Amino acid sequence: MNMASPTTPLPAAPVAGTAANAATIVNAPGTASPARALLRRRRAWKPAEFLFWGAALLAPLALPRSMLLMNEIAILGLFALSLDLILGYAGIVSLGHAAFLGVGAYAAGLFALNVSADPLAGLVVAMLAASVLGFLSSFLVLRGTDLTRLMVTLGVALLMFEAANSWRSLTGGADGLQGITIDPVLGLFDFDLKGRTAYLYSLAVLFVLFLAARRMMGSPFGLSLRALRDNRLRASASGVGVNGRLVLVYTLAAAYAGAAGGLLAQTTQFVSLDVLEFHRSADLMLVLIIGGTGWLYGGLIGAVLFELFQDVVSAATPQYWQFWVGLLLVVFVSGGREAVHKTGAALRQRVAALFGGRRA
Amino acid sequence: MLTILFDGVAYGMLLFILASGLAVTLGLMNFVNLAHGSFAMAGGYVTVVLMQRYGMGFLATLPVAFLVPALIGAVLERTLYRPLYDKSHLDQVLFSIGLVFMSVAAVDYFMGSQQQLVHVPSWLQGRFDVAGVGIGRYRSFVIVVCIVIAALLQFVLARTRFGSQLRAAVDDQRVARGLGIEVGTLFTLTFAIGSGLAGLGGALGAEMLGLDPTFPLKFMIYFLIVVTVGGRAGLIGPFLAALLIGVADVAGKYYLPQAGAFIIYAVMILVLLVRPQGLFAAAR
Repeated sequence: MNMASPTTPLPAAPVAGTAANAATIVNAPGTASPARALLRRRRAWKPAEFLFWGAALLAPLALPRSMLLMNEIAILGLFALSLDLILGYAGIVSLGHAAFLGVGAYAAGLFALNVSADPLAGLVVAMLAASVLGFLSSFLVLRGTDLTRLMVTLGVALLMFEAANSWRSLTGGADGLQGITIDPVLGLFDFDLKGRTAYLYSLAVLFVLFLAARRMMGSPFGLSLRALRDNRLRASASGVGVNGRLVLVYTLAAAYAGAAGGLLAQTTQFVSLDVLEFHRSADLMLVLIIGGTGWLYGGLIGAVLFELFQDVVSAATPQYWQFWVGLLLVVFVSGGREAVHKTGAALRQRVAALFGGRRA
Repeated sequence: MLTILFDGVAYGMLLFILASGLAVTLGLMNFVNLAHGSFAMAGGYVTVVLMQRYGMGFLATLPVAFLVPALIGAVLERTLYRPLYDKSHLDQVLFSIGLVFMSVAAVDYFMGSQQQLVHVPSWLQGRFDVAGVGIGRYRSFVIVVCIVIAALLQFVLARTRFGSQLRAAVDDQRVARGLGIEVGTLFTLTFAIGSGLAGLGGALGAEMLGLDPTFPLKFMIYFLIVVTVGGRAGLIGPFLAALLIGVADVAGKYYLPQAGAFIIYAVMILVLLVRPQGLFAAAR
């Protein structure tokens, strides 16, 4: 039983130095074109990535009846991508990521109700609102140990929940925001009942934000984040500024989660306290564990598997669905993950290579 | 005013008994066990089942409400918890959240989702007046029981051989093992006692806090606050923190009902910001 000393950043991987050195080399002005070339090579698109997005785009043709589910997958994927930015890349643990989803959802809902029903403007508002909260709360996670971070993020999410619950005049309290109507996307595509526009809209937003994240995480900035995650002391000793980067990535992740919340509010045309519930944050962890942290496709693949699993199980036992989530978490942590890793190691490596080897 | 203070103290005492096991596992053994509330819930339901189905008296069920969760705790510690001691906090959190979800759904399945009522014996009902202050009989009973348990715990931890062995094992496991202390057995026993105390707290608190399947989720944050705000160095910090939170929560709900639990969470974040090691512990 290891009493991990509170100052050691977890997870501490032994290979920390390389990423840190690469980052500083790249950051140094006018030097090291080999490092840039390496980065560019690693950023190149792999065939499987085209396959992935092609399949996502064509899925509505194959399964026209499950577009509402696919919309949920796209939104959950974006939400998981957001958590991966801080957990997988920067190593910040969070039990309260639903705070940003919820703030984004309420911002988008209130904007649509009170200002304008344009979806894209609402999305921007959702992202801005969440990133303001993200920026302010980012200073809370800079200090302390993993345990304090878990507690503080959980506390922020609970505060948001209480605020939404008590401020009835604004949020509708337990009744939620009802009667949201959203204009057609770009004035062209009307939201239909089958969810086709909803899915394609969410997928487009996910894709754009994914591209941005892919570019950022493949840049020296992304590398320096990973250096921080692996060994904060060493990274800062090699000239990587710690706090500024963490604030930036936390704010960014909050904006992403806000976008997911905005999409949720716009495509379901309803916002309730559920978006701020604790189980949102906990489920999200499971999604990321299923898909794997530290590579951008982890959240997306995890979201696909999680939603399919949920769809099957909750069709069988709608009331006790949480039991199976819990069991999955316990099994995964108590050794299932290692088993999966061991048996699927070769497969994983091949897949990761196809997807661009983002598993640092 | 004084009645609120009294109720707050009773509530805080209860919180301390509920969280005392966590103060040891999280505070001393450094294991983030979010499922602590599940053991408390188990104790509460043991009392409910024994009283409703087997017609036992409230007091007679209390030892069982201690023993059953303690047994569950011992078994789980041996099988599932132990391999996770040296994993990261994140893994421990995910694992114990999983346990919470499972226990919530399982209790819902077997017992139903409704609130369970616990009827305390008639001699513990009602209240009496002392110098114009209304004092609930049951609450004073809870306070007395909790003071006894708290004193016992502190005595065991500070004065007995078991306590000093535990402190040694927590401080430096390898050296403790080298000195011939059975660290594994010690931790199992400690975990079992902590779970049992949570169960006892759950049984005692069923009347005051309510008991339904979401109990572990509802009170998880309170237990965590007691331990992290109190400081992770012993039992006195959590004890003071529990009293503080109990009084603050009861007073807050009475004077500012619309603020809900807002104040508690905000205070927790502030405390953790200013003193990440807790209010009553020296920096490590």
